[in-house]
Amino acid sequence: MTDILFYVFAAITLISGLLMVVSPNAVNGAICMIICFVTTAALFVLLEAYFLAVIQVLVYAGAVMVLFLFIIMLLDVNKDTSDLLKDKMTLGASITGFTLLVILTVSVFAGGQHLPETALLPVMENPSGEGVGIPFTTSAKSFGYSLFTKYMLPFQVTGFLLLAAMIGVIVVSKKHSENS
Amino acid sequence: MELLDAFLPYLLPIVYAVAMISVFMGLCSYSVLAERKVSSWIQGRVGPNRTRLPLLGHIPILGNLLTGLGIFQPAADGLKFLFKEEIVPGHVNKFYYMLAPVVTLAPALTTMVVLPFGRYVDADGITQPLVLANVDLGMLIILGISSLGVYGIVLAGWASNSKYPFLGGIRASAQMISYELAMGLALLPVFMWAAFPGSDYGMSLFGAVQSQQTLWLFIWQPLSALIFLVALFAETNRLPFDMAESETDLVGGFHTEYGCFKFGLFFVAEYAHVIMGSALFVLLFLGGWNFLPGLADPWGNGLIGTLLSVGWFIAKVFAMIFFFIWMRWTLPRFRYDQVMSLGWKILLPLAVGNLVFNTIIIALYDTFTR
Repeated sequence: MTDILFYVFAAITLISGLLMVVSPNAVNGAICMIICFVTTAALFVLLEAYFLAVIQVLVYAGAVMVLFLFIIMLLDVNKDTSDLLKDKMTLGASITGFTLLVILTVSVFAGGQHLPETALLPVMENPSGEGVGIPFTTSAKSFGYSLFTKYMLPFQVTGFLLLAAMIGVIVVSKKHSENS
Repeated sequence: MELLDAFLPYLLPIVYAVAMISVFMGLCSYSVLAERKVSSWIQGRVGPNRTRLPLLGHIPILGNLLTGLGIFQPAADGLKFLFKEEIVPGHVNKFYYMLAPVVTLAPALTTMVVLPFGRYVDADGITQPLVLANVDLGMLIILGISSLGVYGIVLAGWASNSKYPFLGGIRASAQMISYELAMGLALLPVFMWAAFPGSDYGMSLFGAVQSQQTLWLFIWQPLSALIFLVALFAETNRLPFDMAESETDLVGGFHTEYGCFKFGLFFVAEYAHVIMGSALFVLLFLGGWNFLPGLADPWGNGLIGTLLSVGWFIAKVFAMIFFFIWMRWTLPRFRYDQVMSLGWKILLPLAVGNLVFNTIIIALYDTFTR
């Protein structure tokens, strides 16, 4: 049962991802992107990583919504976009991306190197002090404890990075008034 | 028999899910009736009182009573939507036009997977929730899935390819993005209090209900409750926040180009969201199935206690649905810029302040009681 579901969702993810890239209509692209994200969340559910699945939907659904609005409001959706420059750019981008993919795949899988195998972390210390500890599970609690203890620094750095991006957007998009 | 045993683990959840959806859709159709009846009472009218089924409606006294209350009206409404001529305007994007009502209704029905509606005590004496999927992040799942519902409205507005639906769809999306922030932030203090150190509940709604056995969260988190309630009205697109279909300036809003059963789906989806929102508010702030603040449940832990707890929960949900309807027919609609400034300039700062305040209180509490 799980195998069948995995193949179904994996197929939908890959097909919708492909359609998102090749679709000439931007709205179709955005919808395919949502489908891709939601089915990825379904794959997380099959791995019993419910927290990741929910965050996947929660974060990306809102993000794609904004993208969708940009498409509707700022792009002329029905315009024919097949001019020469764009074709050249698409070709260049495809070749670059494919080369990068080949290099990464070869360097990871060939020549004695392989993907690092992460052992399941044993038992983490319980910050609240009582009891023995929390086994490493897929529950939200485990994510929270490791995020705020072991991975505190990367967490803070990521937050700072997002803050910088946010302030950057405000600075770039803010119109300076005439008298200031 | 062996085949049945093999398929039972897959069959049983499907049976439960179908049963829950049936009850839920029944509730939806009868909240439409409640809306029509309550609105007519508020406006001094009678409301639907003519629909009569052949046999049931002719029982001497009971039949007249049921007919007067409009009990048979939802069946008539549903049949009307089913048998009307399906009209698809020529200028729409057909695929997304057809898809939009489905995308609107499906998330509302999906969220009820994690909605607990009662409790029972299992063989080991541990209290367990009555819920389709007992996961520890119920609240997050509901927030995530229900945010997908707005895609239906935006798609409907865009696929209709005319001005008023388009405006409605854009308004709905802006409103969703604005109020979701305040809603999530208002919920954080609730779960910070409910999931005390050492509890296993996390973000589950069952944990939130179990933490209200003595005192309802509505009483000691009134600000969170207020912000959540306002955001709930905005997220369900109910008046005074029904910017997506404000019929005085947008004709019908996002569903202007829709008719017959596709319009019916939008209509049912609105009430599905209202019921989900009411159930959520009851679970989070009104004590769920716990009896009254400060009073232990007067019913026991057996089968009768379970049934009574479910009944008490549903009664509270009905009260909340009535509140939703009552608000709709009492308050006038906001102007669009007022909705935006309320969301960003009042609710969001309030929610952030509330979160910081509660965090400080919890930190002090942890420091001094240890």
